[in-house]
Amino acid sequence: MNAARTVAIVGAGKLGTTLARMFVATGHRTILAGRSDPAVLGLVVGAVVPGAEAMAVSDAVAASDIAILALPLHRIPELPPVFSSIVTIDATNYWEPTDGALPSFVDPTRSLSESVRDAIGAGHLVKTFNHVGYHDLDLAFEAGTSRDPLAIGVAGDDLRDTRIAAELVADVGFAPVLLPSLAAGRVLEAGHPLFGAPVTAREMIAQTEDAVAVAVTLRN
Amino acid sequence: MLIGLQTFVEVPVRDGIPQPHGETLRQTVDAAVLAERVGLHAITIGEHHRTDYPVPSPEMLLAAIAARTERIKLGSAVTVLSTDDPVRVYERFAMLDGISAGRAEPMLGRGSFTETFALYGFDLADYDQLFEERLQLWSLLKSEEAVTWSGKTRPALDDARIFPHSDTPGGLTTWVGVGGNPQSVVRAAAYGYNLMLAGLGMTPARIAQYVDLFDRALEQYGRPRPLIGLSLTGHLADTDREARDQAWGPYFERMSKLSVERGFHVPTRASFEQSIDHSLNLIGAADTVRERVEELARSTRIDRIDFGMDTGGLPLEVKHRSIELLGTGVAAAVATPADGVLAGS
Repeated sequence: MNAARTVAIVGAGKLGTTLARMFVATGHRTILAGRSDPAVLGLVVGAVVPGAEAMAVSDAVAASDIAILALPLHRIPELPPVFSSIVTIDATNYWEPTDGALPSFVDPTRSLSESVRDAIGAGHLVKTFNHVGYHDLDLAFEAGTSRDPLAIGVAGDDLRDTRIAAELVADVGFAPVLLPSLAAGRVLEAGHPLFGAPVTAREMIAQTEDAVAVAVTLRN
Repeated sequence: MLIGLQTFVEVPVRDGIPQPHGETLRQTVDAAVLAERVGLHAITIGEHHRTDYPVPSPEMLLAAIAARTERIKLGSAVTVLSTDDPVRVYERFAMLDGISAGRAEPMLGRGSFTETFALYGFDLADYDQLFEERLQLWSLLKSEEAVTWSGKTRPALDDARIFPHSDTPGGLTTWVGVGGNPQSVVRAAAYGYNLMLAGLGMTPARIAQYVDLFDRALEQYGRPRPLIGLSLTGHLADTDREARDQAWGPYFERMSKLSVERGFHVPTRASFEQSIDHSLNLIGAADTVRERVEELARSTRIDRIDFGMDTGGLPLEVKHRSIELLGTGVAAAVATPADGVLAGS
């Protein structure tokens, strides 16, 4: 695997706990953060993600190399302004039925991640882990190393940030496919053909004009 | 292990023409009568406000079922408590409990659709507060004593008394339906209610962790262990091949429709077969399904499995055969002596 890092996952729901399990299992220090009562968060972490830690959002981000936003989009505005200098992975999606209308995020001229970046003042935002359902993540991870792993798109404006996120994707057994900008990350959003599609890197590249596959380091 | 039948009362569509709503409701009553006859433990009915699931009030349908059955438990799955008045919900289910001699089992949840917010004039921004507050009020109503309560989402109650009294000592048998958020599991434990986990998207390993989480939370809150159920989808026929061939069409219809509404992938026959082999989509002959149920019983410590068997436009006799096989070929085989005690309690 790549360098062990400290990962703060913001949101202890279905996706957050699924990601946390994978990071713990691959040797990353993993911190789950949420707005719920610390006792509740502690219970959740103890039973569902043993080996992870529970902290408040600001403390978790301060202690980490990478932050992952794994909470509903409509909660993004509630986050503290602590994301300016940390590589931040945006794993959110827009679900109109549960998010409601979010005019400040949903802008037809740009990707959702660009709105998220502006909303929290993120300095190093990368879009990834959003377009594969938590169930598919769970199943693929439990099945172990695959010769032809599922692809996960990674979109960012800065190659260094994107690379760090891509290493995390590879560590947990998926094939990162790089997209050259946050704007290009639109193809990973709900309603686009790649969303929820179980495809290999080769298939994803074939379906995406400006995708770049990177060398993949699979977990052992 | 207890086995129940769960339905959203999906309107059958044949040759592109939806069956009338009334006929769909009446057929559900017949299906529930059959479910009791073949030994299923419970019938649970979802609340929806859509043309394809025409049941805004599960307890009305359950009352009709109560009049034609004697043993089967009568549950909702779920009652959208966030946008209904807990006082009225409690009153209606207490009625059902009286009519059915203690068989009412309201299941409270937030629902996976949000039509009721616009329909009844609620703000989605209050989604969490509505549910938390109303669940708390429910716990007071369940005492069936005078209630004094105040909150932000409903007028206050001052020494209010709610009638009728239910037939169930300690108040209505209450479930909380949880879609997979672990923090909701903890909330159900805080009240000591029965927990129903939606199996869609869960692996057995994850279910086992949620059971463990529920147990730890119960211990922390000093509550005795209530029941834990799992709801999943299934279809049974005389052979595995037949069951898969029958279930594919309705699966495709339902998932295609959802994929449009929720932006995910349109299913293929291959992804359908995968969902049977690797997910909690229990489709096959009775022996195949029984083995999957036994495996779940061993690996997860759950007490009950409810089979969602909405299979669209399949012929009625095919649907009834599926219910019959679930009862005679699965429920009878996986019942334990402990279930007998529970079923009679």
